[in-house]
Amino acid sequence: MAYEPTLGDVMRSQGVSRRAFLQFCSATASLMALPAGTATAMAEALSEARRPSVIWLSFQECTGCTEALTRSHAPTIENLLFNFISLDYHHTLQAAAGDAAERALEEAQHANKGKYLVLVDGSIPLLEYCSTVAGHSNKASLEHVCADAVAVINIGTCSAYGGIPMAKPNPTRAVATGDIIKDKPIINVPGCPPMPLAITGVIAQYLTLGRLPELDHLGRPVAFFGENIHDRCYRRPFYDRGQFAETFDDEGARKGWCLYKLGCKAPVAYNACAHVKWNNGVSFPIQSGHGCIGCSEPGFWDMGGVYESVATGKFGDGAKLGTAAVAGAALGAGAAVLARRRKREVHEEEATEG
Amino acid sequence: MTLLDFARGPAIHASLIILVAGILLRLVGVLMLTRGADLSRPRDAFGNFKGYRTVLSRAWPASEFNAATVYQTVMAYIFHIATLLVVVGIVPHIEFITSLTGVSWPGLPNFIGVALGTIALVSLLALIARRLMHPAIYNSTVGDYVTWIIVALPLVTGLMAFAHVGLRYETMLALHILSSALLFAYLPFSKLMHAFWFVFSRAQSGLAYAHKGVRI
Repeated sequence: MAYEPTLGDVMRSQGVSRRAFLQFCSATASLMALPAGTATAMAEALSEARRPSVIWLSFQECTGCTEALTRSHAPTIENLLFNFISLDYHHTLQAAAGDAAERALEEAQHANKGKYLVLVDGSIPLLEYCSTVAGHSNKASLEHVCADAVAVINIGTCSAYGGIPMAKPNPTRAVATGDIIKDKPIINVPGCPPMPLAITGVIAQYLTLGRLPELDHLGRPVAFFGENIHDRCYRRPFYDRGQFAETFDDEGARKGWCLYKLGCKAPVAYNACAHVKWNNGVSFPIQSGHGCIGCSEPGFWDMGGVYESVATGKFGDGAKLGTAAVAGAALGAGAAVLARRRKREVHEEEATEG
Repeated sequence: MTLLDFARGPAIHASLIILVAGILLRLVGVLMLTRGADLSRPRDAFGNFKGYRTVLSRAWPASEFNAATVYQTVMAYIFHIATLLVVVGIVPHIEFITSLTGVSWPGLPNFIGVALGTIALVSLLALIARRLMHPAIYNSTVGDYVTWIIVALPLVTGLMAFAHVGLRYETMLALHILSSALLFAYLPFSKLMHAFWFVFSRAQSGLAYAHKGVRI
């Protein structure tokens, strides 16, 4: 059997120093609230780890999740770790095509039966003809591949919760992975795209400790999705003081005030954006001057307008209220007329009796 | 559909429809029952004016009753003013009203909102405490307590959501909107309708007294 390099070999060949690798492990371990000392153990375990078999299934998606991982400005450890694991089957990244690619999938599945991870990005259309790969519908592929998997990791909001393909009116009747696969552990790493560190953090924990992370009620790793963005936002003091940007080019926007009135969904969004940040900690959407769109939440695309604030009611126009006012007044008038008539009748009866 | 989607969609929408229809139903239904003008000659030439004046002059008890009523009057004032300021003063409420009407105005800083909400809640507690301690004065019904709870719930949930304490924010916000929806739907058919009746009832008594020459 050909020698398979360990992750440590790959890192060294790419010029990643042990110090940088240890830093990555420390950051990951502390973010995931793993016990002290885990960082070193993680570094040892990861550097000795041989390539785990991972099958990456892409369904109704835009490849943005893969882009988020692979298009960083310089090769990052997240990126390298990702490259290290994702060699068996990945539409966008694999060199093979056609029959050869499908054979690679079958081989990976048989050789690692019961041991491989399935990473899914994209939602699955229940109208099966809407998305097929190599003649198989997405639903059939998912069921077939997941049958022998150890666990499923949903990469991105589409596979985790349906995402944009499932947004109203959902023309393909798209569903999330969890709506189809019921008998395997499922970890959701949502986001549009998800944070690279969240993806690799889950995988690193699995490679190191052999177990999957603690999840919240939406199946997301608590370590990355346990914090409310609004609570961690550096603009929070402006919210508390009542200083809001009213438009994207007013004084408030220039001074970096709170974007709540401009539709920021941070108060209802849970993700690590505000403290881990993107592009090696450079920035995140709010820091760049745009409100959070809540992309790691189920149904985020239908949560109301991107620029409508969280407090906005969702009732279309006020026409029904006008109708209600007229109806109420009419009912009231009717009730009063009836009451008057009844009173008159009683009077008349009394008069006749008297 | 999440709880929050339900709360700020169908729930609040339905409750606003009930609120508007209910208020007009009660107002029109009762005001159409008023008797015609008293045709007897008024004892006081300025009777009508003095009658309407009672809408404001009865806003504070007569001095004879000061000692007996000052506690609940002051508490009630604090409650009403603080609640009103919170309802129209904090930014999320303004955003909600703007989304419904298009009208907007500057909001209060959050710490003032929290302070006002706390004051409103404390005064509401002070009022229920007196009611519980002096049952003979109030002669309360179950409806009185139900009304108190329905008024207190939006305050409690709103404060918790606004200050980001308790359950997750989206859940607290949903509970806040749902409790407000309950308040809206309940208002026209309960003693909370005093928000409108106080004007008519005071004016009516004022007019009747002034017409008869009673000093008011």
